[in-house]
Amino acid sequence: MTTVLTDTGRFEIAGAEATGEDLWLSTGDAETATGWSIKPEGLCKAEICVPLPPGREREFVHGSRVNVAQLWRHLGQPIAHSDRGQAWVLASSARDRSAALRSLQAPNFTLPDPTGRLHSLSDYRGKKVLLVTWASW
Amino acid sequence: MWQELYEELAGHNFIVVSVAMDSRDGDALPWIEAAKPTYPTLIDREHRLADLFGIVNVPQAVWIDEAGRIVRPAEAAGAYEGFRRMNRTTREMPEDVARQTAQAKTTYLEAIRDWARRGAASPHAFSADAARAHLPALTEDTATAQAMFRLGQFLLQQGQREEGQRWLREASRLHPESWCIWRQSAGVNDMGFAALPDFWERVDALGTNRYYKPVDMPGMP
Repeated sequence: MTTVLTDTGRFEIAGAEATGEDLWLSTGDAETATGWSIKPEGLCKAEICVPLPPGREREFVHGSRVNVAQLWRHLGQPIAHSDRGQAWVLASSARDRSAALRSLQAPNFTLPDPTGRLHSLSDYRGKKVLLVTWASW
Repeated sequence: MWQELYEELAGHNFIVVSVAMDSRDGDALPWIEAAKPTYPTLIDREHRLADLFGIVNVPQAVWIDEAGRIVRPAEAAGAYEGFRRMNRTTREMPEDVARQTAQAKTTYLEAIRDWARRGAASPHAFSADAARAHLPALTEDTATAQAMFRLGQFLLQQGQREEGQRWLREASRLHPESWCIWRQSAGVNDMGFAALPDFWERVDALGTNRYYKPVDMPGMP
């Protein structure tokens, strides 16, 4: 079992193949965890498509599997994985995060309260929100 | 202090959403139980908010208006670094520092009151251009550091202490301005605070740099 942590959550994926710096997922798992899928144009997420670099297609797509780690590097997005490759973080780039902040639309998030109930920032739309952090440390 | 403010201002379409940047199960619970807040108190084990909003320390806050727009990006929430001049044995604070600390808190709370009552007409709610100018800088290094931090936290939760800690240290190395990353991975004293000698060494190494970046608000020390 391989754990993949993305902006949308945590995915436990059986049948993932992690070797060195590569993480191969089935097209279905890749789409579920990352939103990216194979289309005739290349690799696509919503309206955005990235053509595979000519001659290097095999680094990204092989049969019905996608190397999401290579895709992440190609997109210039941060990636981190454990020594044994059983846990991967596929994150958003500073460029995308900055663009989101510069829109001034507060990025939404969903977090639990101590009882486990989930709250999203968007639940409080219509109110002025003082979003304040603290820590026990 | 947020509970009183929330009660006072709830009638002005205002809410406090507090988020504990605490990675270990239960660390935040005694504090939440003692404060008995009636506003939402959330737990952010992976410091997702740090990644999304560029938060580097606590307490930092973001002001978000009714339309979900940021009108004050992440900044120190009424906190002042008076503790740097505290007597580390007696924990006594020089009088002028105590006064500045109180002033930072009062000034910040007054600004929130003004914003809650007057909304966009409050001078403390930034215009779009000013809000953008106050956004924290995110870089490839800080983004990668947050990814490593998340990986480290996941491994710690899985009981892989050594590797988890290594990723936290690596994250801190890439993003040294983040006290959230450093303190979350540091050892804690008998009061549960990450204020062992290595913390004070790191604080002293700041020299004339601030522990909390100065807050752009009239009257703030």
